[in-house]
Amino acid sequence: MSKPFSSYRYLVLRRLTQISILVLFVLASSRVVNVLSGDFSFALFLDKLPLADPYAVLQMFFAGAEIALDVLIGAVLVFLFYALLTGRVFCSWICPVNMVSDLAGFLRRKWKLGENNGSKRWPRSIRYWTLGLGLVLSLAFGVTAFEMISPIGIFHRGIIYGMELGWFVIVGLFFFDLLVLKNGFCGHICPLGGFYSATTRFSLLRIRHIKDACTLCMLCKDVCPEKQVLHLIGNKDGLVQAGECTNCGRCIEVCDDESLKFTTRFSKTHKQQT
Amino acid sequence: MAKSGTSRREFILDIARGAGATFVGGVVWGGMLLDNATGSITLRPPGALENDSFLATCIKCGLCVTACPYSTLKLADVGNSIANGTPYFEPRGIACEMCEDIPCTVACPSEALDLGLVSKTVNGEHRLDINSARMGIAKIDNDNCIAYWGLRCDACYRACPRIDVAIKLEYTRNERTGEHAKLRPVVVGDACTGCGKCENVCVTEKASIIVLPLEIAAGKVGSNYVKGWDPEDEGRIQEMEKPVPDRKAADKTLEYLNTDDLFDE
Repeated sequence: MSKPFSSYRYLVLRRLTQISILVLFVLASSRVVNVLSGDFSFALFLDKLPLADPYAVLQMFFAGAEIALDVLIGAVLVFLFYALLTGRVFCSWICPVNMVSDLAGFLRRKWKLGENNGSKRWPRSIRYWTLGLGLVLSLAFGVTAFEMISPIGIFHRGIIYGMELGWFVIVGLFFFDLLVLKNGFCGHICPLGGFYSATTRFSLLRIRHIKDACTLCMLCKDVCPEKQVLHLIGNKDGLVQAGECTNCGRCIEVCDDESLKFTTRFSKTHKQQT
Repeated sequence: MAKSGTSRREFILDIARGAGATFVGGVVWGGMLLDNATGSITLRPPGALENDSFLATCIKCGLCVTACPYSTLKLADVGNSIANGTPYFEPRGIACEMCEDIPCTVACPSEALDLGLVSKTVNGEHRLDINSARMGIAKIDNDNCIAYWGLRCDACYRACPRIDVAIKLEYTRNERTGEHAKLRPVVVGDACTGCGKCENVCVTEKASIIVLPLEIAAGKVGSNYVKGWDPEDEGRIQEMEKPVPDRKAADKTLEYLNTDDLFDE
């Protein structure tokens, strides 16, 4: 497993997935091929299967909207998919903002811009506050509070339906991540990331650490956008339990020692400690 | 969690910091929403719910925009006062063509575009009826409409998909020349769908007939005026429930004036 590609295999797959989804949306919005129409808030797969953003629908509910059946079904399907099967993969395999955030993270490592500037001032838990605040403000103002300002919405809708000033938001987010706070938006602030973090910790797909194979090189912690979830590295065997893990697979592919791998929650390892 | 005094102090401070930051964040975030929540002069696709419900219900998927065959509808980008990601159209650019099959409304999954608002019942059968759409009402600026000056222009009248129903020509004498007629366009608010064809074709540099959303353009009479000549409206008096007196606000005299006796024959 020392082929050069192997240390980027999931990264390449993730970019392919993210870009393919955007391409499918663009093809549908420009009426070329209708495989996946709509956007990340609500989509129709093959013009039939509804898919909806569960946090957006929750905000609609708090804003006082009557939730249409298609929207409700779509939200439940998507919610169950992440919560039961794949974990928080939206953030690393689907969301286009991840590409911006990863680019900033990559440059930060390359240019040695520092690990964390003031992680005390910017705790990872901000996202749970924004998650709640989004619902409270939806209730107070009768609009879907996060959806009105969401960089995710601005970015993907901009790509699918066109944007002008929206680019400034994305460039701003990039510089925030690059210069102010590492993994600043996706790893600290985004309420949608908070929503999936809070709801996906019991998913089937998990990353497993095999302590005996680990040489403590810490490459995994270097690349991990949510490194607090890797506290078990070198300490104990087991699953990366936190819902904040996006299952991006970066830790697995950079590991030279095969001490990390994708497994299901229930798979047994040859040696399992607690 | 907090065993020693300092760490308890730290813990409480952390909570306070979190709450403070959340409050400040909430004020800033709320401020950003206020512009959207209070609404703006935005024309929505046919069948759109009232502004408040629309903003709560629209999921911002853009399926209506994709469905629109004339590229009339656009999704709002950041930087204008239109709620980000919601569909709108600008008649001076591309007006609504009033498709009979209303593909935009049909495409809406969230029912923010409500088929019920663009349907009518014919012989007990629900049918799509784009003429019942109320995207807005066309308003004429009499001062700058050249037909009101007495010049010969009926561009809006000719462009109106409901010619002679939603826009009529009113013939009046041109007092200035003494020998010509003015053919003045008049909008019939009940019949105007707000498609914006009139605004689109208006010949003045800035359109002198523009479509405004109902919430802005339409007045509201209130229930205290009754059309005595209209049997249906007159019937409202009989159906009216006995008003519940508000003890704090109304004094005895007002209560007396609001009693049933005054309405009965």
